[in-house]
Amino acid sequence: MMLDQPGIEAAQVAGAAQPAIRLTGLRRRFPGAPAPALDGISLEVAPGEVFGVIGRSGAGKSTLIRCVNLLERPDEGRVEVLGRDLTAEDEAGLRTARRGIGMVFQHFNLLASRTVAGNIAFPLEVAGISRAEREARVAELLPLVGLAEKRDAWPAQLSGGQKQRVGIARALASRPGVLLCDEATSALDPETTAEILALLADLRQRLRLTILLITHEMAVVKVLCDRVAVLEAGRVIEQGRVFDVFTRPRAATTRRFVSEVIGHDVPAGTLAALPEPGPEEVRRLLRVLFAGPHSTRAVISEVSRRFGLDLNIVSGRIDAIGTQPFGIMALAAYGPAAAVEAGIAWMRGLGLSVDDLAEGEG
Amino acid sequence: MLPWLPPALQDLLIDAAWETLVMVGAAAGIAVLAGLPLALLLHATAPGGLAPHATLNRPLGLVINAVRSTPFIILMVAIVPFTRLVAGTSIGTGAAVVPLALAAIAFIARLFENALREVDRGVVEAARAMGATRLQIVWKVLVPEALPGLLAAVTVTLVSLVGYSAMAGAVGGGGLGDLGIRFGYQRFMPEVMATVVVILILFVQGLQSLGDLLVRRLSRR
Repeated sequence: MMLDQPGIEAAQVAGAAQPAIRLTGLRRRFPGAPAPALDGISLEVAPGEVFGVIGRSGAGKSTLIRCVNLLERPDEGRVEVLGRDLTAEDEAGLRTARRGIGMVFQHFNLLASRTVAGNIAFPLEVAGISRAEREARVAELLPLVGLAEKRDAWPAQLSGGQKQRVGIARALASRPGVLLCDEATSALDPETTAEILALLADLRQRLRLTILLITHEMAVVKVLCDRVAVLEAGRVIEQGRVFDVFTRPRAATTRRFVSEVIGHDVPAGTLAALPEPGPEEVRRLLRVLFAGPHSTRAVISEVSRRFGLDLNIVSGRIDAIGTQPFGIMALAAYGPAAAVEAGIAWMRGLGLSVDDLAEGEG
Repeated sequence: MLPWLPPALQDLLIDAAWETLVMVGAAAGIAVLAGLPLALLLHATAPGGLAPHATLNRPLGLVINAVRSTPFIILMVAIVPFTRLVAGTSIGTGAAVVPLALAAIAFIARLFENALREVDRGVVEAARAMGATRLQIVWKVLVPEALPGLLAAVTVTLVSLVGYSAMAGAVGGGGLGDLGIRFGYQRFMPEVMATVVVILILFVQGLQSLGDLLVRRLSRR
């Protein structure tokens, strides 16, 4: 261990039993604000997990992540990181604890007066690490973030993506047990965002990082996160494994977020263009979600044959969340009411999720 | 060297130039040494600063404003007892340094404070997140990041001091401005006045160019 980080060692000893981050009942109200920024938030992030918090601007996510290293002090509630209750620490204890928590910022926040190497070495310098050790660590980190050639460049000479790579290297310099990403890709263009997300995903694998990130982009959550919490008006309105939240969003806000990256919506006007059901027939508009073992089975043609239904595919899409593939399809099913019901029941029996879909609904 | 002036005046001119240099240099040196801590204190104790402290910040700001708003010629006379206490005398070049330094401290403290305020708050926040102490934030973040602005403030102060030093003649401080008034104006020697003005212009230009060059060299933005 290069640094004196009792918190991290303690967490490693305790193993998976102890969450890397545990927030309990956080409340924060800014003076003069009409509503609290955080209204009783509790979250746990397991070691090695990438946890995303998503919300619109003003939902309280910035305040939330700043509470984790106590840049913002909550009015109420407890913040435990790597087994250490930060809310109970004094200034000196808090400083030591913060050295075990890396943070990546939306606007990079690099020191303009230092070179790339100087910026990456900064947290080590602050922690009193010797020059030789600092240089060795910087030499290790530069290739890790793909900046070996930029060692002596000044931040002003770098592109946004390169600046964020420096920000990431700096956040990792003191081998933190936890990495906080505050809208780390929000100031970047889509291509650079993808690069930085790929870098974080790669580092996460290689270094077994625990990451808590906040974002307003569902694409970030989809690529990087294991679990996600949706924040609205200072509260967690939905929380779960990313796959589950994406495939079965419950809250309206979550549905809107999800529809940004996977089109659950049926385009407006589609229903009007569909043929009317014949006599003795009904028409049901369905959303079918394929996941797991049945995503490769020819379910649609089978249900059509077995129950004598006419199935009109309105929209369909195959996607993956992390490494888990899934398909989502909007169908117009035509047939006698009983046969349609039976077909739906049969598909559900296979473990597919089948819902009625109204036009324009997410 | 300056053939249009009689040799005695040439000697006087050299003495006066030296006195100006001493007054400006000494006052600026003292101003930087005292002004930087004052500016840091102002910056740190301001609301939202590193160590917010209204009961320290407000009076400090008031005193600095009071010194800055007093016309220099009045300040110089008003603090004569203080000057005597510090310099042992209230007349001469050394004595003139005291009011010059006092005015310059107040002046540069404000300019330094402005330069510190220009430092991105996000960078300070990043340093806090990395576990930096407040002193580390001051010396490793605030001062280096504000350095180009601080240097520009020193240049402005030096140039203003050259102007203030012309009034030092009122307390027998000597200097180029004093020479210009006594010979050029009171003895009707326009060539002396012109020479003094040209030297002062060159002096100020030189200071400004040097300052700008340093700022450009140090600026990484």
